[in-house]
Amino acid sequence: MSEATAAISEREQFIAIKGRRKNTIKCDTDSIAGCVSQRACVYCGARVVLNPVTDAIHLVHGPVGCANYTWDIRGSLSSGSELYRNSFTTDLREQDIIFGGEKKLARIIDELVAKYQAKLVFVYSTCIVGVIGDDLTAVCKAAASRHGIEVIPVESSGFIGNKSAGYRAACEALLKLVDPVDRREAAASKAINYLGEFNLAGEAWIIKDYLNQMGVQVNTVFTGDSTRDTIKGAAKASLNIVQCAGSMYYLAGKLEELYGIPYQQVSFLGLDDTAQSLRSIAEAMGGGELSDKAEELIRREIDRVSPIIKGYREKLAGKKAAVYVGGGFKAISLIKQFREIGIEVVMVGTQTGRQEEYDTINALVSDGTVVLDDANPAELERFMTGQGAHLLVGGVKERPLAYKLGLAFIDHNHNRKHPLSGFDGAINFAQEVYSTVCSPVWQYTARQGGS
Amino acid sequence: MENPCHMCMPMGGILALKGIERAMVIVHGSQGCSTYMRRHIAEHFNEPIDVGSSSLNEKGTIYGGEANLRQALDNISKVYQPGLIGVVTTCLAETIGEDIARIVADYRQERKLTMPIVTANTPGYGGSHTEGYWLTLRRLVETMAIATERHNKVNVFIPGISPADIRELKRLFAAMDLEYMLCPDIADTLDRPYLASYSKLPAGGTPLADLYRMGGAAATIELGVTLDSNVSPGKYLKDTFGVPLYSVPIPIGIQNTDAFMGVLESISGRKRPADIENERGRLIDAMIDSHKYNFAGRSAIFGDPELVYAVTQLCLENGIRPVVVTGDKSGNLSRLLPKSEMSAETVVLSDPDFDLVQQQVKAGGANIAIGHSDGRFLTERDHIPLVRLGFPIHDRVGGQRLLSVGYTGTMNLLDRITNTLLTEKHQHYRQDMYQKYYSKSS
Repeated sequence: MSEATAAISEREQFIAIKGRRKNTIKCDTDSIAGCVSQRACVYCGARVVLNPVTDAIHLVHGPVGCANYTWDIRGSLSSGSELYRNSFTTDLREQDIIFGGEKKLARIIDELVAKYQAKLVFVYSTCIVGVIGDDLTAVCKAAASRHGIEVIPVESSGFIGNKSAGYRAACEALLKLVDPVDRREAAASKAINYLGEFNLAGEAWIIKDYLNQMGVQVNTVFTGDSTRDTIKGAAKASLNIVQCAGSMYYLAGKLEELYGIPYQQVSFLGLDDTAQSLRSIAEAMGGGELSDKAEELIRREIDRVSPIIKGYREKLAGKKAAVYVGGGFKAISLIKQFREIGIEVVMVGTQTGRQEEYDTINALVSDGTVVLDDANPAELERFMTGQGAHLLVGGVKERPLAYKLGLAFIDHNHNRKHPLSGFDGAINFAQEVYSTVCSPVWQYTARQGGS
Repeated sequence: MENPCHMCMPMGGILALKGIERAMVIVHGSQGCSTYMRRHIAEHFNEPIDVGSSSLNEKGTIYGGEANLRQALDNISKVYQPGLIGVVTTCLAETIGEDIARIVADYRQERKLTMPIVTANTPGYGGSHTEGYWLTLRRLVETMAIATERHNKVNVFIPGISPADIRELKRLFAAMDLEYMLCPDIADTLDRPYLASYSKLPAGGTPLADLYRMGGAAATIELGVTLDSNVSPGKYLKDTFGVPLYSVPIPIGIQNTDAFMGVLESISGRKRPADIENERGRLIDAMIDSHKYNFAGRSAIFGDPELVYAVTQLCLENGIRPVVVTGDKSGNLSRLLPKSEMSAETVVLSDPDFDLVQQQVKAGGANIAIGHSDGRFLTERDHIPLVRLGFPIHDRVGGQRLLSVGYTGTMNLLDRITNTLLTEKHQHYRQDMYQKYYSKSS
């Protein structure tokens, strides 16, 4: 089987083995036809980033499928509006492809705005819109002035690139919303923005609570539990912290360029990363009392959580993990987080990791670890079994493959219903690994992962 | 449209092709289409769903996607060594005018391939997943069936039902001593047993040898009364090879199962065995046991038209009033549904979205919903309990194992419906009676 996989010679340059074969890999490029890539499209990238904006109408200008497959797909929670959990579409049909969909789009925007009294509409472009040439920008601009609200076009035609292009399209859309402010006033504030956090299972709330305890106010979260108003006020912050960098580094750069807000990378996955991130935020906000409070919080939480994590580590030490996730940030954090519970990562890949993220991954992993970009099921099967992994971390599509191979599985997808961030998240993570690696069901299988 | 009720055409194409022996599918379009559909299917069946994509990019969109499609065919052949490849299209491929039949014909000739490649034009804007499903089955038969000697096997065209349902149909055919060629057959391909070794292509599916011989079959049974004849594979075999066609509903409900068994009896020329007759008797016994509970039911039924039709019949014969049912734009469903006292309040929605379903559920006072898991919003927002049936079921396990066909499956489904009504009753009646009468009494 592995010979057959290797037969796709174009894929070789996307795969490296630490210490044995080249240490840089090709990434951030188009998928190869027929390779059964696990990637989604530009529209998907844009939709997953923007969907957590709770009081927006998310309107897909395109055929029915694109809206159906993305209806309420994220486990992002809201403290207010539930409007974002609907999927609206112009439902383009054959006639619209021939005669154009601009009038239909304008009419549907009017209907929805009247019905829901919404002040913000995101209009997503899909593949065909890019081809039939509807002028999304003009329709949105006219609708915005007609209703006196924000109607933002999202340029996310599926064929213009990969999922990363969608992240960028989403960032462009968000930037259009942010109102300029008096920088001197904003720079003096003790408020920060939290970028690349989608409030899956309340994760943004967990981190906000930590920061509140330190005396730091969170101004805007991009985009978990955010609203039109919080996004408009995003320039009133003195610092941006960025978690999911793949989706948000572009926005962070732009906010620095346009509004002079500096940014720093954080991660709240795992004990070490969480503690380090809280320290560096306190430092960046002036240190002193903030740092003291951060240390107090870290000490208290580590004291509470460490014994629990240690209990799991004793049961899990020596197991081997394979990681295949969307972005580089998540992969990097997972490598560290697995070490905290005594597990080495033997295979790690991402759908949309960037070169500098792969450099970090390569520096982190042990010799012999397989690193791969834009993998497919055949490669996952080959390397998970070849490397003797006991478990896989992935999304919905990867889960059945792991199970069929007799491997344990960790859900690290948008849909999950339990938080993995912060100190509570570290416990949940260890518990989930334990629940799947040490389940009694494996006694009845012919094989279990590992070598 | 607010919250779509249906999916797009290529989704149906993939589902149909997943039931063919050693078949792989390539979706000709941009990368996301195949990934979204794979995710959707994998989450329902809990099976690995490998589907290729021609991964059209900007260049392919402007200059044509032939090179991409050829590369996809090459790579899928190398990695999977399939017995058949299905190529379905997307909005993008159709809008830029890709001639996939021509591209595939050239490719097969150049590569001197004997492996069949079946093409289906399934633009997302062209129709629902159900239409894509039947169109792809029709294209499969058009491409594969050849003039052949007459034989005793019976063609059976299967709509969107579960692998467990298909296994039950096979049991009924075996009980009647009939040899069958089921198409598509997802009984094993989308519900694999756990095995000591993993293979990229699952065992099972309609054998290619059967597809070639469909023109010589003794008869065709098509579980599809709601589809248009231009996408009916049974109609094609009848017109082209003179294979007698029996169009019957999905055997859900006693009338529909009687009709199905009647067809098996007339094709085989023998009566059903006593075991099956006893199953029928047990179903009637169950219907009597539950009839008063069911009389409180006012149902909303949504999903694939064929399944909606059969379940509506089941409701009608058990005293559950269907108040909202969804049909497609063809209007076939409203023509087919019988008019009776039980159906007096039935509103048939043509090609609706979930917003309209929700409004009608309220207006019609429905108290139970039957359909796929997108109906969970009716529970979340309006407290209407949902009996999960059909595709997709994403928020519960076991969608692939739900048994609902035949006398036994019908009994199984009816129990699920009745028990859902009973659960509601038991949860609320103390509070309801208290509110209604206590304040007046004291």
